[in-house]
Amino acid sequence: MTDLAIDVHGLNKSFGDKHVVKDFALQVRRGEIYGFLGPNGSGKTTSIRMLCGLLRPDSGSGTCLGHDVIRQTGAIKREVGYMTQRFSLWEDLTIRENLEFVARMYGMKDRRAAVGHALAELGLAERRDQLAGTLSGGWKQRLALAACMLHRPRLLLLDEPTAGVDPQARRDFWEEIHALAATGISVLVATHYMDEAERCHRLAYIADGRLLAKGTPDEVLHLFHLSTWAVSGTPAQLSALAAKLKHVPEICHVTAFGNTLHVMGEEDAALERAIAPFRDEPGIDWRRADPTLEDVFLHLMQGAPDNLQ
Amino acid sequence: MTFQAFSWSRWVGIMSKEFIQLKRDRLTFGMIIGIPVLQLILFGYAINADPKRLPTAVLAADSSQYSRTLLAAMQNSGYWRITQRVSSEAEAEELLAHGEAQFVVSIPENFGRKLVRGEKPVLLIEADASDPSATGNAIAALAQIASGALARELKGSLGDLAGAEPPFELRVHRRYNPEGVTAYNIVPGLLGTILTMTMILMTGLAMTRERERGTFENLLATPALPIEVMTGKIVPYILIGLIQVTLIFGFALTLFEVPMRGNAPLLYAVVLLFIAANLTLGITFSSIARNQLQAMQMTFFFFLPSILLSGFMFPFRGMPEWAQWLGSLLPLTHFLVLVRGIMLKGNGLDELWPQIWPIAVFMLVVISIGLGFYKRTLD
Ligand SMILES: Nc1ncnc2c1ncn2[C@@H]1O[C@H](COP(=O)(O)OP(=O)(O)O)[C@@H](O)[C@H]1O
Ligand SMILES: [Mg+2]
Repeated sequence: MTDLAIDVHGLNKSFGDKHVVKDFALQVRRGEIYGFLGPNGSGKTTSIRMLCGLLRPDSGSGTCLGHDVIRQTGAIKREVGYMTQRFSLWEDLTIRENLEFVARMYGMKDRRAAVGHALAELGLAERRDQLAGTLSGGWKQRLALAACMLHRPRLLLLDEPTAGVDPQARRDFWEEIHALAATGISVLVATHYMDEAERCHRLAYIADGRLLAKGTPDEVLHLFHLSTWAVSGTPAQLSALAAKLKHVPEICHVTAFGNTLHVMGEEDAALERAIAPFRDEPGIDWRRADPTLEDVFLHLMQGAPDNLQ
Repeated sequence: MTFQAFSWSRWVGIMSKEFIQLKRDRLTFGMIIGIPVLQLILFGYAINADPKRLPTAVLAADSSQYSRTLLAAMQNSGYWRITQRVSSEAEAEELLAHGEAQFVVSIPENFGRKLVRGEKPVLLIEADASDPSATGNAIAALAQIASGALARELKGSLGDLAGAEPPFELRVHRRYNPEGVTAYNIVPGLLGTILTMTMILMTGLAMTRERERGTFENLLATPALPIEVMTGKIVPYILIGLIQVTLIFGFALTLFEVPMRGNAPLLYAVVLLFIAANLTLGITFSSIARNQLQAMQMTFFFFLPSILLSGFMFPFRGMPEWAQWLGSLLPLTHFLVLVRGIMLKGNGLDELWPQIWPIAVFMLVVISIGLGFYKRTLD
């Protein structure tokens, strides 16, 4: 068995005449946490579904945990834990019933112990007889995560697992993910959060069905020679300034971050010339800054508008 | 495709999940018990009704005292209410056709004289039997009432004619429904239609519900096999079917006094087969349908011919050949014959076999279609 948990090439998927995923190729190593980013409707869910045998690629090939993604979907399903983007456990079953059902589907021998352990681990023990449908969003998320890890999969495919979850729960979640990765489990996680992207070993960025960038967070940061300035001042000044800067052709992006503006351009010298007229405004402070992942993704996305689902 | 063996543990898991969900679904549960009870009570009235004072027209060509006695006795029995006297066959025909009269009693010329001479005159009763339960009792009582009344009359003057045999020939024409479907047909029919309806509908919704709620994605992501999911989901409904059947039989035997001449375990075995056939159809519908509405439409699409062509609504032998051919593909057609055969005629397995195998074949064909349609992916 190779070192790669996921190794696929040239996967394509169309719905009707809509080409949703184009030449998708991805290599995820064992024990690696791989972040999967991209705007809504860019094809993340569709790609993940192709990896775990829920959708049949129109073309392409590859393996997941060494099993062929087209012919050996049964074997893949047994060893992969997939957490759907939308909560898809049974709302009219209790927490425990849901977990027991999932355990049965995977033919687990030590079902009772595994369910009890999962309940305790996730702090769901005292709520075990509550109907899943009555749980709040964060708890549903936890339950879904517990369910997809119940059968001790070797690969986790998590589709926006922390959407709508509070910061503390997100922190706990990421700690858990890192602990799992340390034991050799591979994780592919779709997310919109930049701080989460930074916690991944590797990232892939998809827009409009096409992978635009892949690499470690550091590599992605330096994909372009972006030069960035951070501008600080009063909110009124900044919003007036942002409105003016948007029309300057040398500037690719103006993004507001709380009390600072990030102004970004592709050519350092040109950018410096372009902002020169604005630098003398009193009360406004211009400073060079490092580009963030968000800056890079915004830049990548320019050519690919957000497809609404 | 990698080979994967059927797992009983997974199958039990799917089954118990379905049980739990069913238990929590009050509305469905109410429907399951409510539909048969409601239908039975509605139809029960039709079965049980002993309609009296039915409008009757008299076409009398004889005015002897015997005719008068006969008509008086009919009137007194309470079944018939003589509403008018007509003078021609055409007039009588029209009254029947318009439903103004339920019966036409025709007394031939010289009825009294022939009676006295022992020539057995013909007493003709035409009944609008389009609703057989309305006329059944009256007709059944007629011979008794008529010969009783005439016997008393004859004993007075001509005692020697009052034998065991009625002194006239009673001729009954059941109009509009020559086969004269009786009340007993309704219980097997009801049993069959209720099972067809609820079994197909319940299971039809079972799979589409998963798809609509998004839980199908989770189910698909597990290694569960289509055959495990499909058959596992069926089991709880078999139990429900049996509950319904027991309810209906209970009512039929106690309240409506339908006879039970055959073997009860055999009857249940036949019912089980029929339930299984309908469930496989339901689960197949739900693998084909995209949502619950479509599953519902398919159910009704199947339900209509089942009612119309099975012999429940119209006498099977009275239908044109193509309709009989179509009807013989439907499980309900065979089921009706089976239940009637067991309950009313006391048939055994030998006599029933020709109706059993078509249901079994139907089931096998349907489940293989269903497995073919079961979506292993979300495509
Ligand atoms: N089953 C489907 N049928 C038709 N179009 C679909 C289906 N699933 C997804 N799409 C379309 O494919 C595109 C990508 O969707 P998705 O993979 O869900 O994106 P993401 O997860 O990145 O938000 C969207 O435009 C969506 O509308
Ligand atoms: Mg998505």
